[in-house]
Amino acid sequence: MGRKILLEHDNVPGIQGYDVYRKNGGYASVEKAIKMTPEAIVEEVKKSGLRGRGGAGFPTGMKWSFLAKPEGVARYLVCNADESEPGTFKDRYLMSRIPHLLIEGMITSSLALGVKTAYIYIRGEFFYIVRILEKAINEAYANGWLGKNILGSGVDLDLYVHVGAGAYICGEETALLESLEGKRGNPRIKPPFPAIAGLYGCPTVVNNVETIAAVVPVINMGGEEYAKIGIGKSAGTKLISASGHINKPGVYEIEMGITVEDFIYSDEYCGGMLNGGKLKAVVAGGSSVPILPADKILSTANGEKRLMSYEGLADGGFATGTMLGSGGFIVMDETASVVQNLHTFARFYHHESCGQCSPCREGTGWMEKILHKILDGHGTLADVDLLWEIQGKIEGNTICPLGDAAAWPVASAIRHFRSEFEAYVNNPGVLKEVNHYNNVYNLVKTH
Amino acid sequence: MPIVTIDGRTIEVADGTTILQAARLIGPEVAPPAMCFYTKLKTSGGYCRTCLVEVTKGSEKDPRPMPKLVASCRTTVMDGMEVGNLKSEKVVAARKSVVEFLLLNHPLDCPICDQAGECYLQDLSYDHGSAKTRTDFERRTFDKIDIGPYIQLHMTRCILCYRCVKVADQITDHRVHGVMNRGDQSEISTYIEKAVDNDFSGNVIDVCPVGALTDKTFRFKSRVWFTKPIKAHRNCNKCCGKVNLWYKGDEVLRVTGLKDQWGEVEEFICNTCRFDTKKTSDWTIEGPSQISRTSVISANHYEVFVKPTEFTLNNVTPLQIEGENNS
Repeated sequence: MGRKILLEHDNVPGIQGYDVYRKNGGYASVEKAIKMTPEAIVEEVKKSGLRGRGGAGFPTGMKWSFLAKPEGVARYLVCNADESEPGTFKDRYLMSRIPHLLIEGMITSSLALGVKTAYIYIRGEFFYIVRILEKAINEAYANGWLGKNILGSGVDLDLYVHVGAGAYICGEETALLESLEGKRGNPRIKPPFPAIAGLYGCPTVVNNVETIAAVVPVINMGGEEYAKIGIGKSAGTKLISASGHINKPGVYEIEMGITVEDFIYSDEYCGGMLNGGKLKAVVAGGSSVPILPADKILSTANGEKRLMSYEGLADGGFATGTMLGSGGFIVMDETASVVQNLHTFARFYHHESCGQCSPCREGTGWMEKILHKILDGHGTLADVDLLWEIQGKIEGNTICPLGDAAAWPVASAIRHFRSEFEAYVNNPGVLKEVNHYNNVYNLVKTH
Repeated sequence: MPIVTIDGRTIEVADGTTILQAARLIGPEVAPPAMCFYTKLKTSGGYCRTCLVEVTKGSEKDPRPMPKLVASCRTTVMDGMEVGNLKSEKVVAARKSVVEFLLLNHPLDCPICDQAGECYLQDLSYDHGSAKTRTDFERRTFDKIDIGPYIQLHMTRCILCYRCVKVADQITDHRVHGVMNRGDQSEISTYIEKAVDNDFSGNVIDVCPVGALTDKTFRFKSRVWFTKPIKAHRNCNKCCGKVNLWYKGDEVLRVTGLKDQWGEVEEFICNTCRFDTKKTSDWTIEGPSQISRTSVISANHYEVFVKPTEFTLNNVTPLQIEGENNS
């Protein structure tokens, strides 16, 4: 059995409630951290090698140490719970199952950063989780973990849940801050970075739910101990949301460094391909990361087995590799159509683009229309080339990473599955043979 | 004071200067085009991506190049920075694609657009765009809305530069219009029709780089190149009172603010000066305004119009863009 840290007590009955959570070692990290200096807590997180779990994988300790600390200016901690990446559903699982873990992490992190007010910005669609979180926060207040003078230490902390209105773009940290301030959720132009001028112009740290939850075990076991888990620079465990043509879709906590093959085929995790199908492709880290064909996801360009870690999945760059991203692991078997899947992704990014900068506003819609045309049987080979060119013009030229996120799936699908695009162009009838939507329907029926 | 090199030309500028401002100080031949940046409007810029440049050397201290192209209007210069504008193939290609994106859903109704002749999108596509379109999809349309008696909104022509939003935020009392909806359905709009009513609302016409916001009192009266700008002033208790009067014969067809070399108004003017004082006797005439000789307004027509790149790029070798053989 792989080691579980975040989901260790996942199956304990009543873990949602304060009493059971506390009995199972809850809030120990706060008790420990409150006796430490803020610098010492940040130092522990640095030593642990914990990296951002939201997608970019930036070292958390380093991010925290960048936080500006001018005299007399408030600082904020914001938890990014706007999980909207297609294929990713780990934060929602964590928050709905063990809400106190996030709250404990928020308190410990706030102690490290000297924050007096912290926010959890949660996606609008997660309304039932808002109630769960608010109940947990009230319990934490009632037991003296939040509010004035926590545990008699003289430290105050207030924690609020803010509900978004359901826009993917508000998961981008500066758009999230704009939205939290009550404005239109448009990403800001950086610099300045939130660590210097974030929420209400004050220094702000924005972290993913899973990152903040992972601070709890880091403090409990100590940074050096945590760094031993995992592999190399990918320290610790990662929640993976597995979906698609596999026997056991769901959220799994893995120790980073297991092989992709193990993850897909072992009974402990995905349990192999659905109905014994043949693996065709995997989107390894949520819809925005490059899709990889079976041979490339199972082994690297050097012929070694590919590992589930930041470095392992990124091995080979975008030519033969992908990214760990937010851990949305979408598995497709031979019945799935990469082009149809790509159209779904392109439609999503078209719908979710904020419309601020021109390449993303116009380019995402254009790509969707071309893909629609190809699926409709009216595409030409020139359309495929045009698609390739458009994604190249969006990537890197936009204000925020949504442009890149829209471009990468298109680029990788054409790079690895060009023949499939050509099949659609040359043989419009292929649509009848490969009916993705029928498969999705069957998939729903079998589960 | 930082020293910056743009396209091989070096200048020393004050701290906090952006790359775009430094390039403008050197001269128009190295200045990147800007559709959304406006010197007088705070926090403007960064949206349109036409001013993207390549930073090949970050600074004297940290000479690493920047990984992506950066928006020159929002990036401050560092000492020893080296920037590629038209001499960078990446920049030329990116700018060409930005023009393509901006024109993707633009109606190209220049023949009936009041802005034609003084439209920055026309200039931009003439300088950096391609002669052909690669899209055959239906272009985007919007429901028409009436925003008031003086200003005509054509949402289909809008490039969402946010300049008019910033004008309303920063120089009028209350902003009643803004950007609604998301993505390519974003539109400039008001909650209540005919709501834009403010002494300085007319300035949105001057800052609009395209024909999305035009002067209703000038609508369909004349092509701009048949009118001649005359500098004039009057005592106004609301604004500076310094304007351009656009004459056709003896008649003042239109009043606008004075614009500088970069097409930005020198001082904002009030609606009384702009819309309600159109008699010569209201004004003290100063004389003809300077108009760039590359402008169609000084040519009076398009026929002997010389492509502006031939003036401005005399010391830059034109770059061959891949796949561009139709010009």
